[in-house]
Amino acid sequence: MNWPLIISNALFTAIGVQSVAFVLAAIGVNMHFGFTGLLNFGQAAFAAVGAYTYAVLVLEHGFPWWGALLMVFPMAIILALLLGIPTLRLRADYLAIVTIAAAEILRQVLISPKLDKSYGIGGSDGLQGFTRDLERLNPWNAKTFHLWKQPFDGHQGFVIFVGWILVVICSLFMWLLMRSPWGRVLKSIREDEDAARSLGKNVFAYKMQSLMIGGVIGALGGVILAVGGRSAAPNDYATTFTFFVWTMLILGGAGRIKAPIIGGFLFWLIVGLSDQILDQSTRKKYLPKWLVNQNNYGLLRFMLVGLGLAALVIFRPQGIFGDKREQAFDVR
Amino acid sequence: MSVERSAALHDVTEQPGAPKPDPILTVQNMRRAFGGLVAVNVEHVEFQRGCITALIGPNGAGKTTFFNLLTGFDDADTGRWNFDGSTFEAVSRRRPTPFKLARQGMVRTFQLTKSLTRLSVLENMKLGATGQRGERFLTSLVKPMWSAQERDIEARADALLERFKLDHMRAEFAGNLSGGQRKLLEMARALMADPRMVMLDEPMAGVNPALTQSLLGHVKDLRAEGRSVIFVEHDMDVVFDISDWVVVMAEGRVIAEGTPESIGRNQQVIEAYLGSHHGADLGEPEPKYHSVKEESVDE
Repeated sequence: MNWPLIISNALFTAIGVQSVAFVLAAIGVNMHFGFTGLLNFGQAAFAAVGAYTYAVLVLEHGFPWWGALLMVFPMAIILALLLGIPTLRLRADYLAIVTIAAAEILRQVLISPKLDKSYGIGGSDGLQGFTRDLERLNPWNAKTFHLWKQPFDGHQGFVIFVGWILVVICSLFMWLLMRSPWGRVLKSIREDEDAARSLGKNVFAYKMQSLMIGGVIGALGGVILAVGGRSAAPNDYATTFTFFVWTMLILGGAGRIKAPIIGGFLFWLIVGLSDQILDQSTRKKYLPKWLVNQNNYGLLRFMLVGLGLAALVIFRPQGIFGDKREQAFDVR
Repeated sequence: MSVERSAALHDVTEQPGAPKPDPILTVQNMRRAFGGLVAVNVEHVEFQRGCITALIGPNGAGKTTFFNLLTGFDDADTGRWNFDGSTFEAVSRRRPTPFKLARQGMVRTFQLTKSLTRLSVLENMKLGATGQRGERFLTSLVKPMWSAQERDIEARADALLERFKLDHMRAEFAGNLSGGQRKLLEMARALMADPRMVMLDEPMAGVNPALTQSLLGHVKDLRAEGRSVIFVEHDMDVVFDISDWVVVMAEGRVIAEGTPESIGRNQQVIEAYLGSHHGADLGEPEPKYHSVKEESVDE
């Protein structure tokens, strides 16, 4: 087996466009779930809103990249209001149901050919070609980079670079918020919202703010994913998007600032490694054909990741870097 | 037993709905039904300022529902009530929400303590302070905007923790506290809001006798500081010890009110609690649900 290629490819997956976009989305879910206790199972919807707002505004309305990016913020906030107003006064599970349904509804709507014809949404093929002005701006556009054995083009390099800077900015932002009394109120809502209410905190307003902020960060993740892949397609924002984000977050230990980064890196490293190892071992016939072959190893890869996660939840329920003490308390 | 009582209620007639010289909380026609069951139906009741008022009654009398309605944790079907100058009305724009009432100075505790387990004891305390600049989203990002206030809050929290003998647990997760310590923490945290009225829902439930004494002392201290207290309690010894006034509920209504001494002699109250089983200890209210079998054995 070609270990240098396996390792460099896995490392590139772990820091690549997909990884960084998912880390941003996970920072948003960390805000929702890790700090406020909101069960948002529709982070894919926020990411889709980000990606499509950016793509449609650039392609159909001639927005410059910065104008389209600015419009992502109000659009994500509108989605948060739509999801939050009916559900945030209810018990936590209602938000979970509504968000997961909303994300699927949004994806199905984006697939609709009718919308494609009248508004240029792109249908099931999605949208392409909205990154041209960014590519002109990119100083490294013509270059090719290497991460050891793994080559990648200048556009990807640029998006990865900007993406990780965004991750750092968002994490700093979260740190600033969470060390403040505002963050304390959020954590108290996570622990027991009736207690927060009895102490004069407007729980609904705080939950709404949390949903908005996390949603906006998730939408930025969607923009990064679309711009990095030069494409925004409905199936990029299916429920698997949300579940990968949750997996990363739980892997890193929800409720700490660095959880999305560590969890995201590890998750995509494992995915990349298993992908490469299975690819090479099926190609070179190290594994029996009845067990796995070139066509189905991609599925086996996620089975292995799932198995690993089940083991993690059983043996280290606090996440890889979580604090065991916190698990000692009964948190409903 | 030498018990100090507030003199303010000396001339008040002992009947349901009696007017008080200086009520902080007045309730009119408050009603709450769950389907066909009328849980609370209170025509008129007033609570005197600066006094400890006990709310007692047999199980199922509607005490906790009444308590939840007063604190905005449940919505009344009808009713008007006035808390220290502000009027609230059921099913209207002036319906109270818990956080608004808390900001007006009415803070409650819970029968099952709600300590925020994964926050430290100190953080629990600091959360209780109202009007924090750092709790607004934009100012929270700039530490100099709130750090001075935070220091004041921390100093107040530390003073209260000392008073409630929790200062050694300051940095612990609240989840590491014992049940009794959680009760203390909850009361101390409520005080961080500097409330004019403290609503205690069964403050002594599940607390050992030694701690009961210290909790009683803390409740009396609230009165000494000029705060008004309403508390729901089952333990009659506690009620006799600390309350200035007792309001008795049964089947959703206020059936009697008066000083603890007179309530203890009130035939209606005894019957509400015990049915016809005279001579039993009032401190041990009869369970609401006893099986048909047991009753037939009794007779």
